[in-house]
Order: sequence, then structure tokens, then C-alpha cells
Amino acid sequence: MGTNPVMDKSMSTTESDLNNANTATVTQPDDRDQLTLEQIAATDNFKSETHDALYQESPIINVKNFNLWYGSKQALFNINMPIAEGQVTALVGPSGCGKSTLLRSVNRINDLIDGLHIDGEMDLNGAPIYDKSVDVIELRKRMGMVFQKPNPFPMSIFENVVYSLRIDGERNKGVLEEVCERSLRGSALWDEVKDRIHESALGLSGGQQQRLCIARAIAAEPEVLLMDEPCSALDPIATGKIEDLVEELRGEYTILMVTHNMQQASRASNYTAFMYLGRLVEYGPTRDIFTNPHLRPTEDYISGRFG
Amino acid sequence: MSIHFRRQTEKLKKMVLTLGGMVEQALRDAINSLDQRDPELAQRVIRGDRQINSTEVEIEEECLATLALHQPVAFDLRYLIAILKMCNDLERIGDLAVNVAEQAKFLCSEEEIMHVPYDLTAMASRAQMMLKNALDALVNVDTTLAEGVRAADRQVDAIYREMFELIEAAMRENPHQLTQLIHYLQIGRQIERLADHAVNIAEDVLYLSNGEFFKKNAGDENDTIGRIGHA
Repeated sequence: MGTNPVMDKSMSTTESDLNNANTATVTQPDDRDQLTLEQIAATDNFKSETHDALYQESPIINVKNFNLWYGSKQALFNINMPIAEGQVTALVGPSGCGKSTLLRSVNRINDLIDGLHIDGEMDLNGAPIYDKSVDVIELRKRMGMVFQKPNPFPMSIFENVVYSLRIDGERNKGVLEEVCERSLRGSALWDEVKDRIHESALGLSGGQQQRLCIARAIAAEPEVLLMDEPCSALDPIATGKIEDLVEELRGEYTILMVTHNMQQASRASNYTAFMYLGRLVEYGPTRDIFTNPHLRPTEDYISGRFG
Repeated sequence: MSIHFRRQTEKLKKMVLTLGGMVEQALRDAINSLDQRDPELAQRVIRGDRQINSTEVEIEEECLATLALHQPVAFDLRYLIAILKMCNDLERIGDLAVNVAEQAKFLCSEEEIMHVPYDLTAMASRAQMMLKNALDALVNVDTTLAEGVRAADRQVDAIYREMFELIEAAMRENPHQLTQLIHYLQIGRQIERLADHAVNIAEDVLYLSNGEFFKKNAGDENDTIGRIGHA
């Protein structure tokens, strides 16, 4: 880590260097490992360092040239990101880097925000997510979402789990019971609650409530599970259970997870995307990102030097 | 311990035991090539070292990735550190087996000597047994077995200590066999060092079980013989 690349750069800065930093469409490969955060933050169409392994996977979600503005403030810059089917992908980065914004764009719950403006494409299994013809409610059914704080509905455990089926008008008790048990087993909660599924969900512990929310999400048999910091309100034991659950759900579900906790990304994900100020900086297999990242800013972030 | 981490440590254990099996085989073949004057078998040991080395690198990479991704503590941390150290020792045993095989290959081209002046057979079979027991001790973190490996090393060292005088006497008696005797001296030394590496593995198992480092004390008689050997 001997010399500081920022300083090296500033000492030998010429006018053309400055122009390059601001306007270069594609950064030259040979100086990519010398890239600094300042340069990345100054490039509106930064080309992410995406590892080759991503191109071997079949993507279930494909984000192409995606930009997003909250009013006049741009929050996402030219995101290009295939999300591998059946794998766990973690989005990491310091606060305000746009990871939650990106996650919430996938099932369009950002649509509810005033002044939101997007540009670019996002596909789910090849079908555009942002298209006039898309029924947003139907779209969200295909993507279960788990939030930072567990949000069980004030009803019984059973009714929480089968909520999406009730909405769809399912009345067959046998079907409901079967889905309830399968989902609770799937979220590793069944053994703990099987004797009291008709009691209020609010009586469960925080960790159990979060697993209940996961059960509710998978009851609708979504294609993708979106998790927005699913463990940040939980203690280490409950966190461990959620991480084990993520490991078990992998393969059957595609999981896209935002986390503040780098160790969680390293333990629980297959792919890690590092974001900074709305740019996707580096994206690759978690193992490579955490043992041998390609870019200096990624290395600095995962080693805790900033952020 | 998370499911993911448990799977990872199981995988690492299997990898180390695979490496252990390869090294055991190399040692067995090296000793047999000497016994049976079989230069082809010796050559096979020499060629096989590449695979041992690459397996060691794979295990190291896997260990490093596991440390980076899971940040284990306490027993889990000791386990990974022990595995890292063990695979280093195993790789060294593999190298020493290659040295023995090279000596064996050379001896095949020389006139056979009917009587090796020291108890090479006993030394070699003890060393092999020590390696086997050290690896078995790892499987179930069996401290009794691991302690046994440390004890067995004293017998190997005892043979090694007598070896110099016996070889020296044999050299005086049969100066025409000087070349062969020098090589047998070398072989004895390789086996003694190899047994020390087996002890290291056993000590890693002991470290793993209770977190204390077991090393020979500097004043220990076992330690001084190494210096005589190198002098």
C-alpha cells in the first residue's frame, strides 16, 4: 500500500489527465488498477469492473445502462449488472452508494416516490420491468421482498404466511395449510412455531419475525427474493439463522441482498457488487472480491480503510 | 457455526486427508523402491511430487478464502491455522520422500550392499506409522493418538543417533562401499526429518484441541540430535 495513488496522480496531473477523468467513456484497461475513488465518482458513465465469471452465469435479472434520479439528484449512474439465477448476490458499499435504491428499483417500489425519473433498462427473465404494459402488482408478486425491520402483519402466524394466497382469493383450507407448512419449513421456522401458528405473529421474537417475513415472501413462490439489510435489526444468533436460511434457499431462489455488513456479504453470498456514489465499481464472485479484488477502491473498502 | 462454514471445513478436511494419502503413498513407494531396487518406482515418486505440490497450493488457497470470507474465531480459527501448517508439513514430507527416491534411484545403479549398517527398516516403518497416526489423529482430533506420535519419534531419533557411528565403522571396514554408505547416511537423515514433520502434524492436532503450542524444549535431548545431524 506504499504510495497513495491519489497523491501520485495529483502531482503529475496535466490538463489532458483531468479531461480523461471526466469524460473518458471507457477507462483504459492498463490503468484500471490505478483508478481512484475520485476518478470513479467523477465519471458519469463509469464502466464497472465485472469479473468474467458473471458472464458464465445465466442472468435472471439484467440491468442495462440504468440511471435513476430523485428529482434533480442523480442516484444511480449507468448501472450494468447481470444477476445470476439461483445464486445469492450481495450489494455492498458505504451509505448513500445507491444499493438500496438499486434493490428497490428491481421490483419498482421506488415508483411510489415523487420526482423519480429513470432511464435505461431492466429485465426479469428477458421481459422488461420498466414497460408501460407491465402490471406492477403482478411484477411484485414475482419478487418477494424482506425489509430491514421485520414487518409481520398484526394477525396470526398462519394468516401472515398465506396472506398472498388470500389476496389471490385462495379459499381451499388444505392448500393454505400445505403452503403454510411448506413456507415455514422453508424458512426454518416450522419446528419453533408449529404448535402456535394460530397465535399472533407479533408474539414472536425479532429473528423469528424476520424468518416469518421470509416465509411470507416465499409462500407466493417468487422468482427472486429481495432482501434489504435483512439482519441489521437482529442479534448474532438470529443473524446466523437467517444466513443459514439464505444458504439453504440458494439454488431454489435467486436472492439479491443489500447489506451494510461486509462479513455478511462474505459469508452468505456467491457474488458481491461493490457500489460507490451511485456507480457499480466492481462486481464478481464473492471469493475473488474478498481475496483478490481487481480495483484498489474495492480493496480499500473491504479492508475497512474507508466507508 | 454456520452451515456454509461447516461445509467449508469439511471440504478442507477432505482435501488435507487426500493430500495426506498422496504423501503416504509417495513415502511408501520411495521406501519400496529402495528395498526392491526399482528405479522406475523411484522415478514415479519423483514425478508425482508435482501433484502433491499443486494440491498443497489448492488447500492453501481454500484456507485463505475461508479465512477471508468467514473470519472464524476460537476452535474454528485454530482448525484453519492447523490445516495450513499441516499441509505445509505434508508437502515437506513429500519432498523428503522424493529425496529418498532419488537416493534409491542412484543406489539402483550401484553395486548392492547386502547389509545396511543401521536398522533402516525399523526407522522407515516407524516413520510411516507416525505419519499414518498423525493423519488419523486429525480425523477425530484424537489427542491420545497424537501424543503417541510424539513418543514414537524418540525411537526414530534413537536409531538416528546410533546411525553415524555404525556407518562410520562400516566405512572403515568396507571403504569400497563408501559411495553407497554415504547415500544410506543421507536416507537416514531424510527419514529422521520426515518423522519430525509427522510430529509437527501431531502437535498441530494437540494445538487444535486445546489451543496450547507443543514444541520440543530447547534443552530437550531430542532437539540436540538434530544439531549433531546437521553438524
